[in-house]
Amino acid sequence: MFGQFANAFLGRLSWHAFPQDAITRGGASAIVFGGFAIVALITLTHRWKWLWKEWLTSQDPKRIGVMYIIVSVVMLLRGLGDVALMRAQQATSAGNSHGILDANHFQQIFSAHGTIMIFFVAMGFLFGLINLVLPLQLGARDVAFPFLNATSFWLFFGGMALINLSLVIGDFSAAGWLAYPPLSELKFSPTTGVDYWIWSLEISGVGSLLSGINFLVTILKMRAPGMTLMKMPMFAWSVMGSMTLVAFAFPILTVTLTLLALDRTIGTHFFTAGGGGNAMMYVNLIWAWGHPEVYILILPAFGIFSEVVPTFSRKPLFGYASMVWAIWAIVVLSFTVWLHHFFTMGAGADVNAFFGIMTAVIAVPTGVKIFNWLFTMYRGRIRFATPMLWFMGFTVMFTIGGVAGVLMSVPAIDYQVHNSLFLVAHFHMMIISGVLFGYFAGLSYWFPKIFGFRLHEGLGKLAFWCWSIGFMLAFTPLYILGLMGATRRLDHYDASLGWQPLFIVAGIGVIFVLLGVGAQVLQLVLSIWQRDQRRDLTGDPWGGRTLEWSVPSPAPEYNFTTLPVVTARDQFWVDKRAGKTVEARYEDILLPKNTGMGLVIGVFAFLVGFGMIWHMYWLAVVALLGIMISVVVRACDNEPEHILRATEVEKMDNALRRRKQYV
Amino acid sequence: MSEVTTLDMPRIEAQATEKTVLGFWVYLMTDCVLFASLFAVYAVLHGNTFGGPGGRELFKLPYVLVETMALLTSSFTCGLAMIAAQKRDRSQVLLWLGVTFLLGLTFLGLELSEFHHMVLDGNGWRRSGFLSSYFTLVGTHGLHITFGLIWMAVIGIFIVRRGLTDGTLKRLTLLSLFWHFLDIVWIFIFTIVYLFGSLNI
Repeated sequence: MFGQFANAFLGRLSWHAFPQDAITRGGASAIVFGGFAIVALITLTHRWKWLWKEWLTSQDPKRIGVMYIIVSVVMLLRGLGDVALMRAQQATSAGNSHGILDANHFQQIFSAHGTIMIFFVAMGFLFGLINLVLPLQLGARDVAFPFLNATSFWLFFGGMALINLSLVIGDFSAAGWLAYPPLSELKFSPTTGVDYWIWSLEISGVGSLLSGINFLVTILKMRAPGMTLMKMPMFAWSVMGSMTLVAFAFPILTVTLTLLALDRTIGTHFFTAGGGGNAMMYVNLIWAWGHPEVYILILPAFGIFSEVVPTFSRKPLFGYASMVWAIWAIVVLSFTVWLHHFFTMGAGADVNAFFGIMTAVIAVPTGVKIFNWLFTMYRGRIRFATPMLWFMGFTVMFTIGGVAGVLMSVPAIDYQVHNSLFLVAHFHMMIISGVLFGYFAGLSYWFPKIFGFRLHEGLGKLAFWCWSIGFMLAFTPLYILGLMGATRRLDHYDASLGWQPLFIVAGIGVIFVLLGVGAQVLQLVLSIWQRDQRRDLTGDPWGGRTLEWSVPSPAPEYNFTTLPVVTARDQFWVDKRAGKTVEARYEDILLPKNTGMGLVIGVFAFLVGFGMIWHMYWLAVVALLGIMISVVVRACDNEPEHILRATEVEKMDNALRRRKQYV
Repeated sequence: MSEVTTLDMPRIEAQATEKTVLGFWVYLMTDCVLFASLFAVYAVLHGNTFGGPGGRELFKLPYVLVETMALLTSSFTCGLAMIAAQKRDRSQVLLWLGVTFLLGLTFLGLELSEFHHMVLDGNGWRRSGFLSSYFTLVGTHGLHITFGLIWMAVIGIFIVRRGLTDGTLKRLTLLSLFWHFLDIVWIFIFTIVYLFGSLNI
């Protein structure tokens, strides 16, 4: 009787779900104690009310952006922890030595590494930066749907919470970051691991989709008066391309994950080995999302470079129109290359030839962009500030990685290096130097605008050099190893292969990367410590060109006292050159009221996921009802906005501008 | 907003409506991709009957035609509700919305009864890849219809309690877009799944 009740109530959750071995216990206690430490700190400093009022319920995209980036940075640290373990394993696990991890653990760690880095570092960082900058660049006060924006963040947060909970309760997927069936089917992965993977991505994926819709409408409907599309800053263009891809690609991810979940929970036969299922269909579906996803991440990074390079070269962007066309060429072509992830499927020569050619073709618009940036630098007055260094490191490494990619676009060559470390080296070179370096450049570039003080330049440069050196050290050996025949995801290899020295070099590379991260953490701490000396009093610390630099730093909640009128590209630069000063005029401003409803929806979504993972179906149903009721309650709110009076705006604006005269 | 302000509220509200409608269109397009993916899955798996029955044995076209007519008529009455809403005729709106709701409910009931019989005959989603994709594609449409009905009920209550305000009118517009969209998806399901299935194409 009790047993039946417990089964219905707790599903498959039991004491066995809690960690039993040393390494997992270490990770689990780090999470639990970390959580407790944060809660204790907030309680001791009496910051709960502040946290709730200023941050958790905030509808201000800049605040939401900061929260996204904080989560991403924490997740980056966790992803790097996984890297350190994997590199340590591969550097030591040759011949008779079996390293520090068993095979199952190793599999969980590389699965978690890929999943976390793409979904909870790169995606979070991406949406964070867009939230910080996009409305400011467009000359807008907000995004199109502020409440939806907050909800997206809390869905992202809910997914993140689930994936980390897998360390404490149950286990994580050991089926790789894309969980190919039939391995990811119930028969071969009976534990909760794959379910954690499915539901954390499903929830955060819905958040991403809603963000995509939101930012598309923001760009199409909320540009400042006079800002035609061809006068938009290039970052805004790149976001538009990226969000278009989100709108087209993320529904495919939602479907794919759902079908896998149905296979695992109600016994359908979509991807099973028997019963009329088709596992290769999964691989096609997931990459029909997965390849565009690569461009979703990298287009905005390209956009950031297109802002950074002109600013630090003191020249307008070379080839603006060709940049726009390159973005849209990439958007279209990115849906025609997915099969290059599995040329070895055996689709036949014609199909492989088509996708091989398209893959080589998509390198062309990317090349156009690289040349445009180089031509922008040509005869410019270049300042080697941290964002510019990230760009220059990117140019070198991205080109190397890109050439390796074009090499692999030839199916015959791909057959040789498929699933080898050569491939691993290639895509890390694209994603770290392209995406991550781009976002780092963006963060150091826009940091003063959001927080009102600059980051320490010296430590930023040190971080750049540590990352770059470490990165080359870590991945050059992998190219060689891949050509020598080392496949990816190896937890052990024979000593006679002679691979160990190269794996040790790669391990040393990771130590350099970790030093780089240490420099970044130190940079942040030191800059906050010295923030009074680092204040950006001009609002324009780099000699910027676009509208975000025309407002004081930190940018106020309402962004602009009066909406700017745009007549040219690089409007702020034109205004500065013409010596145009903004006369202070103040008007009433309509702003969204704070609401905790987004957070509530995020919590319910988390519970839906938790209920589905542990087969506590009553919980999933109750939480789903909770989401629906929350949406209806929100719809009943007749006055979701409040008016900021012109007099208050004047007071706030004066306070921001007066500081200039003090110092 | 009850406070006195220099803000041009009617203009701001018109802009907000414009943004919402565009955003909803974009959402519908993403939903279109969602259904397209499910159709693709069905196209891949529809021959994988794994020794079980195929569409020709399972589908009863006259039954599905009744189902289809119920849904198509509901789209028409939804349009009538919208016309009444433009004229700000509250009782007419409620009447046609009620008819739409009942027709939608009829459709859903017929679909569930069809599913029920198939499962009872041992032809549920576990039977084969074909049936998995059939139930998922058609069931996803049914799930959309269910959410549409809940939404319709909520808007009905809004209209009764608040009248035809700008806010409720905006929501009604979105709902009718959603409802027509589901109608179009159903036409594809009717053609590709049921008609082609009965011909064993």
